[in-house]
Parts: sequence; structure tokens; C-alpha cells
Amino acid sequence: MIRLERRADPSRLMGWLAPVFALLATLVAGVFLFALLEVPVGEAFHAFFIDPVSTRYGLAELGVKAAPLVMIGVALSIGFRAQVWNIGAEGQLIAGAIGGGAVALALYEVEGWFVLPAMAVGGVLAGMAWAAVPALLRTRYGANEILTSLMLTYVAGLLLGYLVSGPLRDPDGFNFPESRLFHDAALLPRVLDGTRLHAGALVALGIVVAGWVLLSRTLLGFALRVNGAAPRAGAQAGFSQNRLIWFALLCGGGVAGLAGLFEVAGPIGQLSPNISPGYGFTAIIVAFLGRLHPVGVLLAGLVMALSYLGGESAQISLNLPLAVTGVFQGMLLFFLLAADVTIGFRLVRKRSRP
Amino acid sequence: MRRSTVLTSRIDLRNHRKILLVDGTLAFVGGLNIRDHNLLALGGRHATRDVHFAVRGPVLAQIDRTFRDDWRFAAKERLTAAPVPAPVPAEEGCVDARVLLDGPDEDYAKLQMTMVAVINAARQRIEICRCLLQEPELLIMDEPTSVLTPQEVAELFETLRRLAREGTAILYISHKLDEIRRLCDEATILREGRRVASADPGRESAASLAALMMGEGAVSEAPAATLATLGVGTDGEARADAPTAHAIRSPLTEPSARLVLDGVTLASKGAHGITLHGIDLSVAEGEIVGIAGVAGNGQDELMAAIGGETRLESASGIRLDDQDIGRADAGERRRLGLCAVPEERLGHAAVPTMTLAENAFLTGHHRRPLRRFGLRSGRASRAFADAIIARFDVRCNGASSLAGSLSGGNLQKFVVGREILQEPAVLVVSQPTWGVDAGAAAVIHAALRELAASGSAVLVVSQDLDELMALTDRLGALCAGHLSALYPTASLGVREVGLLMGGETLAA
Repeated sequence: MIRLERRADPSRLMGWLAPVFALLATLVAGVFLFALLEVPVGEAFHAFFIDPVSTRYGLAELGVKAAPLVMIGVALSIGFRAQVWNIGAEGQLIAGAIGGGAVALALYEVEGWFVLPAMAVGGVLAGMAWAAVPALLRTRYGANEILTSLMLTYVAGLLLGYLVSGPLRDPDGFNFPESRLFHDAALLPRVLDGTRLHAGALVALGIVVAGWVLLSRTLLGFALRVNGAAPRAGAQAGFSQNRLIWFALLCGGGVAGLAGLFEVAGPIGQLSPNISPGYGFTAIIVAFLGRLHPVGVLLAGLVMALSYLGGESAQISLNLPLAVTGVFQGMLLFFLLAADVTIGFRLVRKRSRP
Repeated sequence: MRRSTVLTSRIDLRNHRKILLVDGTLAFVGGLNIRDHNLLALGGRHATRDVHFAVRGPVLAQIDRTFRDDWRFAAKERLTAAPVPAPVPAEEGCVDARVLLDGPDEDYAKLQMTMVAVINAARQRIEICRCLLQEPELLIMDEPTSVLTPQEVAELFETLRRLAREGTAILYISHKLDEIRRLCDEATILREGRRVASADPGRESAASLAALMMGEGAVSEAPAATLATLGVGTDGEARADAPTAHAIRSPLTEPSARLVLDGVTLASKGAHGITLHGIDLSVAEGEIVGIAGVAGNGQDELMAAIGGETRLESASGIRLDDQDIGRADAGERRRLGLCAVPEERLGHAAVPTMTLAENAFLTGHHRRPLRRFGLRSGRASRAFADAIIARFDVRCNGASSLAGSLSGGNLQKFVVGREILQEPAVLVVSQPTWGVDAGAAAVIHAALRELAASGSAVLVVSQDLDELMALTDRLGALCAGHLSALYPTASLGVREVGLLMGGETLAA
């Protein structure tokens, strides 16, 4: 029987190298995966990792996919640092898309600089409202936020489905379950001509900087980190745990809501039943892969964005199922967690007791 | 001295085939380490025919899961061992063994559900019942009454006396002198792991037992003679005509009182917490007040209530320099000048995974200028940490070493120094020198005296009696959530403190 024994002094260097090892292990496992699928390994890797970023358009797409992952990843890592486990960013993203999208539809054909900011406010508030439910349940009744936030994700998905096939459906849309296409004033400006890279990518970079300042320089960020590392120490120093829980969840919800709005006001341009390929969930992997550090999250977001693009590319050129993307993301998280376990613990062989 | 216990009987454990144990602060029984709570948690399932465990405290929750198996086991044991009806007290939650054996499985399920629902006291009662059910030859109980009401204690004692009459040997471990005297035929007093005396508790007074427990005087002395000076009668009751000794209760609010607790009553939060009952206390400027007591009698709860981790119902329950702070949180209290050092160094007073500079900022930012333009200043934090390190001779690799990497004594100097350098109006410190080498203890004691001399009020909660005697001006003791009156330390001997720790009162 193998037992885990806690290491007295876990290596900090290895903590930062773990994502690199996890990436390498994922690639090795990928070789086996492609071999089992009976596709040429070299070709598959090329299609998965090189092709998507070999063009200007492809690089822009990388930014399009990475933007929501990085935004949400940074916001989630702020919460995770405080041991607040918001697993429902996907639902908050959908809520934000609904909130911001509803503003856009209410202001349909209204021109003016204020349309996009109003949509952004709508998206942030809707995302926060969605995250406020787990926050209230946790602080008032002690309900586990992992469960409540996760379950609310499905509620948000169903709500979106209802709205686009009911109240928010395009009146001229031949009964397709979609909203009107947003008018120009309600669409994010493009950053690169001829691509889909939108202003949300710049906001994501801003959030990386803001998250870094918050965590490393402010009292609030310090309180969040103390709460995560030793909640009782935070309590005796005068940090209110409930306030930190509220902040962590509202911060995650607000940013996820903004990311959701950016999706519908950017690449998609309308409300439709499927607005996210699981960005809210993937951002959890991004947060951990980036070691809960905003800069790390930026790099991890790019890696995960590549896995989305690679999956699509491999689907087109090699007829591989799209599920390969999910498999790669899952393996990456798995190897990362395994690496983290061996950093924190040492494996000890022990005879089981008679 | 961490824990004094009074044993009730000298028994060679090896002679008894069947041993039952309630709780486990005993070191070894039958070669098994009882301190190991993991082992205790497994006790229910892995109990052999020779040794059965039952436990108190944090592991009870785990016991619940195997409770059904335990009942079956216990019931079967009982049936094979003794065909006579069991001497089980007819209490709610304590089901007759015959019902359990004959009844269908639903009864077990029902019992299990009841088990989940019952409150802590009932749980302990069930634990005790479970032991009684097995008709042990030897029953060992360690502080079994900690969560029982006085009525329940009376019932338990009734049951124990009956068991004793029926031939069960009972080893009863307690620091509550009154219980020992009510229940036991014979007492062995342990001090710091050594047997120091044996006595007949029926003929001893609480005072003489306390004296033995605290290590003053010998058992052969005539108890009555020493008692007269104490103002305690041989029956343990206060005698009105006895000399009033030196016990003078200071008025609640002296003009110079900086910290005042006025009837602080606080229901226990967790299932294993202690309820505080009407704590009255005042600490004046320049004064060091000590609170003695055996661990687990409400020290943690009192520290949380004063430090602000637990807020009171009423703002006026705690006053700091005539400001009502009962509703203020820990941060506000620190800004107003009340600093606290909790007992647990790692994870409570300090964050082990953070650097000393960050730990200096942790509580220091309330009263020291460690922020610039609203942002955390790394330089100011490091400077503050360096000041603590230099002033208190903290041995470490500078302000950037992790708190968790320091030795206990050095980290203790750091966390105490961190609060002292903030020049608090009131400093509350728990176990200031627990697990600390003599050199570090001397540094900390000197710093506390100096702080008091500068006009601050200092409250020391400690189980180290020597420390309290040497350091404090006035002294009281916590017992089961009640704080005794405070007496000038100079007027107290260890014997009197022992009485207070055992929940007895000195004559007024």
C-alpha cells in the first residue's frame, strides 16, 4: 500500500515548475492518444499546436479565446487564494451575457458612446447577482459554495435558452432561438483589422495588471491571501471572513459576467443558446495552471486557448473528434494536480496492517 | 505544569482482561498509545476483546459512523458475558441492549439517526452508556463530565456507584476536586507524570487535595490545621468565621481601569466549546493580571471574546478606556489599542507560509504606518519586522524568512514583540511562553513587565503557574467557563490557586 506523507518543506521552485512538467506529461500522453486514434503523431501535433498559430488570423483567434479565459482565470484565482471555491463562473458568464445582451437589445438602434458601457455595467451586475446567491448562502447558512455556484450554472443555461426562444427572440428571425443581431454601437471595436480580436482582449490585460496589484500590494489582497493560508490568523488580525467571501464571489461573478458580455458583443454579436464553449470551467484549470498568479494565469490562458484552437484544427484536417480538446484539457489538469501532490507530499510504501 | 490529575485507584491494568476507556489523555494502557486520536477513532471497529475504547472530544463525529457496529458489538459482548439485565440508566438515547439484539434492523437505523441528531452532551452520555452496557470489569473515565449538566453528573455518579457496588473497578481521572471527593474511595495524585501521593478523598478537603495537586505540603500533614489559615472548612465549604485571608475583590471599575469585562456571557459556538458564564474582570494601567486554569476551561473562548474574534451581544460587555467595544471586530479593537496574542503560534498568531515581514504587517498595519498611498509598503513592513527581530533577539534569516521556519521560541518572541512594539493600551496574551526555552521566556517576561510599567494594562492567560506567580499582580482562575474572583498574587499560594482552578471558592 502506498501512503502519502506530508513534506516538511515543499519546494517553491517545483511549485512553479509543476505546470511545465504537467504540460510535458500531457504532450507525452498525447502521443499515446494520437497513436491509439491511429493518426500520424507528427502530423497531429502539427495540426494541434502549430497550425492554429501560424497565421496572423490564427494568432488573433488565440487572443479571442484567451481573453475570457484570462479574465475569469485572474478573478477566480483571487477567490481561490482566499479558499473561496467559485466553480460557477460559467453560469456567471451566461448571466452576464444575458444582462449585458438585454441592455443591448433594449437600446436597439440607439447610437451613442454610452451603449457599450451600459452593456458592460449590465453584464457585470448580472454576473455579480448570479454569484451573490452562493455568497449569501455561504455566509448566512454555511452552504458549500462549490455546490451552489456549480448548480446555478445550469439554471443560467436554461434561463438563456428560455429567453432566446421567448422574450428576447428576434421577431424577424424565423423562430430560430436567437436574439436580434446587435447593432454596430453595441458591438466591441476590433483591435486588429480583418480578425475577430476585440477590445475585450485589452480589458483582459488590464485585469491581469489590476489582479496583480490587488493581490500583491493592497490590504484587501493581503487579507484574501491570509484567509486562504490561515483563516484564524486573519480573524485575530481583524479581517472579516464573510466580507472576504462576498468580495471573492462578487469579483469572480462580475468579471465572468463581463467576459460573457464580451463574447456576445464581440465574436458572436447576438444572444444565442450556446455562447461559451465552457470558458468558465476551463478558467478553473487556467487559474491553477497559472499558480493562482495573474501573470501565470495570462500564460496559462494562452496555452488553454491553444487547446481550443488545436482541437478545431485537428477536427478539420485530421477528422479527429472535437472531444480531443476536452481530453487534453482534462489531462493537463490531472497531471498538474498529480505534480502538486508530489510537491506537497512524499509517497511512502507501507505494509498494510495485518 | 500542564495538567494535574487525581486518580481514584491504584489498579494493575494488566490483571484486567476487559478494559473500557472513556477519552484518552492517559498515556499508555496495555501498550496502546491512547493519545493517538486516530487510533481512538478506529477503536470502535478495531476494538479487541481485551481493550475497548470510547472517546470524548473531536473524534466523536467519526465514531458516529461506526456507531451502529459498535452497538451490535457491545450488545453481543454483553449477551455472551452476562445474562443478567444490564445496569443501564434509563435515559433517552440509551437503548436497552435487549431491544437492540432482538429488534429488527430498523431499530439500529433509528438509533443511528437519533445519534446524528443528539447534541454534544447527549453524545457523551451515549458514549458513557455504551461503555456501561458492556459491563466492564474496569472502567476508566477521563474528565467525563466536561459537557454534562450538574443533574447529569449526579445521575452518572449514581450509575458509577452502582457499578462499583456490583464489582466494577472504576478509574476516574479528573481535576475537579469536588467530583473526586463525592465519588471516589481512594485517590492517587499525579503531578508532572509522577505519582506524588495517595489519599482518601472522603477524609481530605478540597484544599488539601489542591495542595497535593499543586505540589505544596505533604499528605501526612493534618489537613485541618492548614485549612484554618485558608478559610476553607474540612467539608470544602467556605467557613464564615475563618480568617478572611488576603482575598480582596477589587472594585469592578477602578478609575484607572483600562480593560473592563462586565458580565461577559457567551454561549459556546462549536459542539466542543465552553460556555463563558458572567465573566467580570478589570485590568488597570500598569497592572499585569493573570488567569490560571486547566486547559479547555474556556481560555480559548475568553481570548476570542476579548480579542474580538467573537463579538458580544452587547457593546458594553467589554470596555477599553471607557469605550464600549463589545460589538467591535478585532481590527477596530486593535486600532483602539487592544492587541491580543493567541496561544497557537502557527496558523493563529502568525501565518506559517508567509514571511516575517508579511506577518509583521498582519496585525501591525492597524497601528503602525505600514501602508503608503493605500498600498502595502513592503519596505515599511520589513523595517517593522527588523525592529521586532532586533529588539527581541529573534533568531532567523531576516525579515524574509517564513514564519513556519522559525523555532517555537523565536516565533513566540516575534509575535509577542509584534504586539508590544505597537504600544497597545491593553495587551492580552495567552500562554506567552508555552514551549519556549528559558532564555526566550525571560525576554518575553521582561518585555511584558516593561509594557505594564509604561502604563499599559496586561492580561496573561496561562497554564504555567510559576509564570503567573512570578509575573502577575492579581490572579484568578477559569474553571468550566466561570472566572473566579481575582486576588492579589502575593496573597496566594499554589494551594489556593489549585483550589480556584478546581472551581472552589476561597473565603471572602
